[in-house]
Amino acid sequence: MYELKINGETRSVDVDGDTPLLWVIRDELNLTGTKFGCGVAACGACTVHVDGAPTRSCQLAIEDAAGVEVTTIEGLNSPVAEAVQAAWQEMDVPQCGYCQSGQIMQAVGLLSENPKPSDEDIDDSMAGNICRCGTYVRIRGAIHKAAGKLEI
Amino acid sequence: MLKSLLKEQQTSRRGFLLGASGTAAALVVGFRPSVAPLAAGDAEAVHNPFVKITPDNKVTVVAKHFETGQGTSTGLSTLVAEELDADWDQVLVEWAPADAKVYNNLHWGAFQGTGGSSAIANSFMQYRKAGAAARDILVRAAAGAWKLPASDIKVEKGRLIHDASGQSASFGEMVPHAAGLQAVEEPVLKDPAKFELIGKAIPRKDTPAKTTGQAVFAMDVRVPDMITAVIQRPPKFGAKVASFDAAEALKVRGVIDVKAVGSGVAIYARNTWAAIKGRDALSVEWDEAEAETRGSEEIFAEYEALAKQPGAIARQDGDVGTALAQASKKVSATFRFPYLAHTPMEPLNCVIRSEAQSAEVWTGSQFPTIEQGVTAAILGLKPEEVTIHTVYAGGSFGRRATPNADYVAEAAMVAKAIDGRAPVHLVWTREDDVKGGFYRPLNLHRVEAGIDGEGQPSAWHQRIVGQSILAGTPFEGFLIKDGIDATSVEGAQNLAYDVPNITVDLHSPKVGVPVLWWRAVGHTHTGYSTEVIVDMLAEAAGQDPVAYRLKQMKNHPRHAGVLKLAAEKANWGGDLPEGWARGVAVHESFNSYVAQVAEVAIEEGGGIKVKRIVCAVDCGLAVNPDVVVAQMESGIIYGLGTAIRNAITLDGGEVDQDNFPDYEPLRISETPEIEVHIVNSTEAPTGVGEPGTPPVAPAVANAIYAAMGKRIFTLPFSESGIEFA
Repeated sequence: MYELKINGETRSVDVDGDTPLLWVIRDELNLTGTKFGCGVAACGACTVHVDGAPTRSCQLAIEDAAGVEVTTIEGLNSPVAEAVQAAWQEMDVPQCGYCQSGQIMQAVGLLSENPKPSDEDIDDSMAGNICRCGTYVRIRGAIHKAAGKLEI
Repeated sequence: MLKSLLKEQQTSRRGFLLGASGTAAALVVGFRPSVAPLAAGDAEAVHNPFVKITPDNKVTVVAKHFETGQGTSTGLSTLVAEELDADWDQVLVEWAPADAKVYNNLHWGAFQGTGGSSAIANSFMQYRKAGAAARDILVRAAAGAWKLPASDIKVEKGRLIHDASGQSASFGEMVPHAAGLQAVEEPVLKDPAKFELIGKAIPRKDTPAKTTGQAVFAMDVRVPDMITAVIQRPPKFGAKVASFDAAEALKVRGVIDVKAVGSGVAIYARNTWAAIKGRDALSVEWDEAEAETRGSEEIFAEYEALAKQPGAIARQDGDVGTALAQASKKVSATFRFPYLAHTPMEPLNCVIRSEAQSAEVWTGSQFPTIEQGVTAAILGLKPEEVTIHTVYAGGSFGRRATPNADYVAEAAMVAKAIDGRAPVHLVWTREDDVKGGFYRPLNLHRVEAGIDGEGQPSAWHQRIVGQSILAGTPFEGFLIKDGIDATSVEGAQNLAYDVPNITVDLHSPKVGVPVLWWRAVGHTHTGYSTEVIVDMLAEAAGQDPVAYRLKQMKNHPRHAGVLKLAAEKANWGGDLPEGWARGVAVHESFNSYVAQVAEVAIEEGGGIKVKRIVCAVDCGLAVNPDVVVAQMESGIIYGLGTAIRNAITLDGGEVDQDNFPDYEPLRISETPEIEVHIVNSTEAPTGVGEPGTPPVAPAVANAIYAAMGKRIFTLPFSESGIEFA
């Protein structure tokens, strides 16, 4: 049995210690907004926040997650997150949408650290998140737009 | 991908009907492309409407095409809402059940499916008429309720209004008054000049759910008591299970069972991680007697030998041999295109619940007709006993449009192997996806072309060697004629340039690697070879690449239109910074015309960086211009990443790649600026899901040539020694 602090709650899960956080979130807690894309930290679809930092949940075993605070897309609740999701909607960023939870978690992490990123900052921060539909042009635009919203 | 190929079977008669949808108070309008008009209240039609208006004032559009990001759910809803004069905010979307009689693709006959960039093209009139018929009923309902002439009632943004009396009502309020009204056969459609939604960049219907984690993909479907299965498939295509030892796998906590199924050995577990660990512990012996054991190098060598022999003739005009002999200058090249995987973002998966006399399937269903039929056949059911629940699809690019329903069929076999004792979620890992076949075929093209004394192209001989996608599928009869698989030669056979002597011939060797359409199908290789060769001809003639193309396109005004627009917007011929260069390509696919100008730069260190792509598209009337722009961006990024570095290679029959690190898509940091311009058009709408992809690789290759003098004939570019910064 492992205890996990997630989206402000403490949950208990009965899994092996090597179970990646991704599968705990999806299969045990049924929070399906966090996606499985590659299982090897190459695509970013499984990005969640661990103590506020964007983290690939497919690479964090539950036994190593003791005492951390995990936030998934379902638990996003901050002015930065609101600005990012609003900008994503205004620009109709998603296509198939499968990678977008991860993109948004990464973008919220970026803007929380760097409220006015340059194109280069965006590329550096977002380069680990693959989008097969190629929404990258709009992701760049939406991050700038969200930054603009936060400035006001 | 099938649109331009499958025989168009437009229906001649349509019956509109109105009836109750189980609750007496719902207004349901639908029609079916059948021969006999249906009576009101016919059970089949009642359950198969295109639009449903309910007393809660919601307008639910029933989408017959799946949504994999290409914007069809928004587009189909727009068509209905436009003719209905609905308020965009009151419109909801749901997916149609599997029913080829009602929800067939009108370009494909009695077949329900999405593909060939045909969703809006085939539905344009159908969904508008459904909206118009519903509007007509609502107006007559209001006329009856208010005892006023229908002709005095107008509809605006979801309200019925009678100006003179000041009366008005919502659609929902008029639903009870519509009971018993019959829909007219041919409702009056709007004058396109009065469109308020069509042609406008209105918001997508799927965006809110896709920015909050709420959108449900098959991967997210949770059915009570559901277990998860993964399959160990053979390392070589065509191998079979000889024996397996499940002892270690069954020791893994959470593993429930292990069974041989058609495609390999299935591991059933309480959750996904246990299934994956169980598979790692499984030991399987494979019977490789019928397996494909060749590697890519050997296949290319065999194709090269075949390319020396005449193939089946796909097109023959004039006398290409004599014309080549008499040409004032000649160019030639052998192009090599690798196998390509689609790698949609959502790994393939499917949930199935199988019971004694029925089954339910949850998947992002691209070919419901096939998935329903194949599932039924495997489970010993009638097709109508299988319910297909279509959910959001996390990308496809052709991968989900399988003529044998591959992963859905696997799910049915997995369910059958345990006698349906629990609902099962069959999950492919990314490794399963990359290694799993159904690739864009490996192709080799040999092209020789010549110009006359004035520089005009006088001869063009293109020989294509590549596996047939269609051979052995249910589509074979429609699309393979005289030994020519149309999807192997499309884009070359109908070359847009006027050349008096032209031969296109084809070899379709058999290889035991499963192949499939991949975003734009044959155009992904023919668009490349033809546009590189034309560039070489322009150079041989000493002429500008844009001006030269335009000169040969007198019979192709829409090609010329996009080419001129892209060149103008890209400031073709204008100054560029030191080390930069431009290249151009233009190609039609699925009746949409796309030209792209690429700007590349040689960076410090010698690597190439793609800086900007300027794209012009003519897709007829753009139902939603923002979706058109998005699809061009998407097609460009998909095609660019692939051209730069993607290849599936085989060694001794085994796939070398296994996940994104060695089959790496384009990343945001490599993404150029993209600018899209849409040609104003009143032509009927054509598709945009695929046509953005073919021009990008040749446009970039032609720009690289302009920058550094190197022609690229072997793809991906990384295989030709091109480094990207």
